[in-house]
Amino acid sequence: MNQNQKLIELHDVSVSFDDQKVLDALSLSIRDGEFVTLLGPSGCGKTTTLRIIAGFIEPDEGDVFFGSERINGVPPHKRQVNTIFQRYALFPHYNVFDNVAYGLRVKNVPKAEIHERVHEMLRLVNLEGLEHRKITKLSGGQQQRVAVARAVINRPKVLLLDEPLAALDLKLRKDMQRELKNIQKQLGITFIFVTHDQEEALSMSDTVVVMDGGRIQQVGTPTDIYNEPVNAFVADFIGESNILDGVMPADYKATFAGHTFDCLDAGFTLGEAVDVVIRPEDVDIVAPEQGMLTGVVTSVTFLGVHYEIIVDIRGFKWMIQTTDYCGEGETVGLSIEPDAIHIMKKSEYSGRYGDYSTFSDEMEEINQIPEEAEDD
Amino acid sequence: MTDAKMRGVRERKSRTRKKGVSLLLNFPYLIWLSLFVIVPMFIVAAYAFTDASGAFTLDNFRKLSVYRENIFDSFVYALIATAVTLILAYPFAYFMTKRSAAAQRVMMMLVMLPMWMNLLILTYSIMNIIETNGIVNNLLVAMGMEKVQMINTPGAVVFGMVYNYFPYMVLPLYSVLSKIDPALLEAAADLGSGGPSRFRRVILPLSMPGIISGITMVFVPSVSTFYISQKLGGTSVNMIGDVIESLVNRVSTRNLGAMLSLVLMVVILICIMIMNRFSDEEGGIML
Repeated sequence: MNQNQKLIELHDVSVSFDDQKVLDALSLSIRDGEFVTLLGPSGCGKTTTLRIIAGFIEPDEGDVFFGSERINGVPPHKRQVNTIFQRYALFPHYNVFDNVAYGLRVKNVPKAEIHERVHEMLRLVNLEGLEHRKITKLSGGQQQRVAVARAVINRPKVLLLDEPLAALDLKLRKDMQRELKNIQKQLGITFIFVTHDQEEALSMSDTVVVMDGGRIQQVGTPTDIYNEPVNAFVADFIGESNILDGVMPADYKATFAGHTFDCLDAGFTLGEAVDVVIRPEDVDIVAPEQGMLTGVVTSVTFLGVHYEIIVDIRGFKWMIQTTDYCGEGETVGLSIEPDAIHIMKKSEYSGRYGDYSTFSDEMEEINQIPEEAEDD
Repeated sequence: MTDAKMRGVRERKSRTRKKGVSLLLNFPYLIWLSLFVIVPMFIVAAYAFTDASGAFTLDNFRKLSVYRENIFDSFVYALIATAVTLILAYPFAYFMTKRSAAAQRVMMMLVMLPMWMNLLILTYSIMNIIETNGIVNNLLVAMGMEKVQMINTPGAVVFGMVYNYFPYMVLPLYSVLSKIDPALLEAAADLGSGGPSRFRRVILPLSMPGIISGITMVFVPSVSTFYISQKLGGTSVNMIGDVIESLVNRVSTRNLGAMLSLVLMVVILICIMIMNRFSDEEGGIML
């Protein structure tokens, strides 16, 4: 089938649970054969989007198209998609063979063909010889493979994966990422993959859909998303970033942190307030007198490949990744190349992210509790 | 001694201590069990194989054939009552699991309520309702219809048993059904199963332990039912429980009654063993 043909389309889909809007007029189209990842923090609506495509949730408003056919109201068992569930949802009363054969048995496929196809599938996921093993006697990774085989054996047009690797340990997760990617290439079917792990999203996908608050923030290739985030939310969620308030005094110039830098962005109105993103690996540490900016190192963490240092510049904590050691309390200079500066328009997310006083929003909240307690 | 050996000794010591503690804690229960369950069983057995003077005899065993029909009837009634209870309780229990937590609590209350009332009172109430001049018939007459004979029929006996043992069927069914992960049903739907197929391939097999347990808990007391059958069935039904009651109440036939009890007990034990075998194969556990 044509690679560029749209296979699934959502048009202005909205869903609410108990008056809480989970998806807000979401539109998305997915091409045939694509590996698409829905990425976002918990509660962003990514799983809901997946469940709408699977048919477990009916949208309150909007249309869902599969090919050229509108599939609103079509029950899950009549859709040409299969799902790999978060905790696999394998049938505990069946063994490996019977779990994988389930879809074919329901469709009354002849016994001999079932036998052949199940074995072919078990070969694909490296579970040969475990046909008669009970599900409860399998490791997490093996259960994962059974889930893959059980879904893929039905030759779906689209495979939906709901955080399928979340329960696995780091190394196994990496192996399974590669394996899933291989299976996708081998079978040439569309994968829609839900995850909150940005690294997983970047390494596996053709297209990443970044979501927050029931809306799509950005759709693009992993490199686009990383290099050209559209707002502070995407910049903060994908990788690490320093996000500063800035203004554009002229085309190809940006002023932030008390210094005017050369940059590659143009087309803003003169003096427009913007968000500036600088990735921690793009900042060079130099001698204080050579730096465009100078600041004091407040913490140093050794991470193996590099040091992660926090530099205080006029009260804003920058995160910088460097292979050169700097001592705590040392004054250092920072040098930033024009192509390391990414300018974004102001958005509702401006000012909420980008300072490294704390790493997580949660920590920030915890740190604020004593102050509030004193107020009482 | 090496560390490993020391650890071994310590573990063994603590294990013996644990055993001692558990024996101590179990002691009152063991006494209770032997005094009120095991000893009486032996007494029943002793009566069964003796005559009124206390001499050993197999006469009681030979006389059993007279009651062949009662035993057979009891099993038929018990089977019918169990089947009806299952058919009524399964959809009810399933429906219950789909309600809100608050609704489930209320429904559970309503199911349990009759269990807290005395069997005699319940049976008399049922009599009141279905008597020839009872509530139902009065209602029918008031509406200009003819009276229907309900009491003193086999149907009334089955109704009485179903009414009485319904909670014992609902509870184990509800317990297994509420434990079925909804994700499994979604997975089944995702793999192409419509409603009936989901029921046959996922819900039914996963609720098997509850079905077995419910059947056992209803069938066993149904087989040995008495009183309900006397009051609701009159002379139309003569179940083995009633026969035993009347035999035991007369001194001259007490030993025969004991033999009949013993036989019933053995048959029921065999039934339970068969049932257990079933549920083991399904990988379930008895409630």
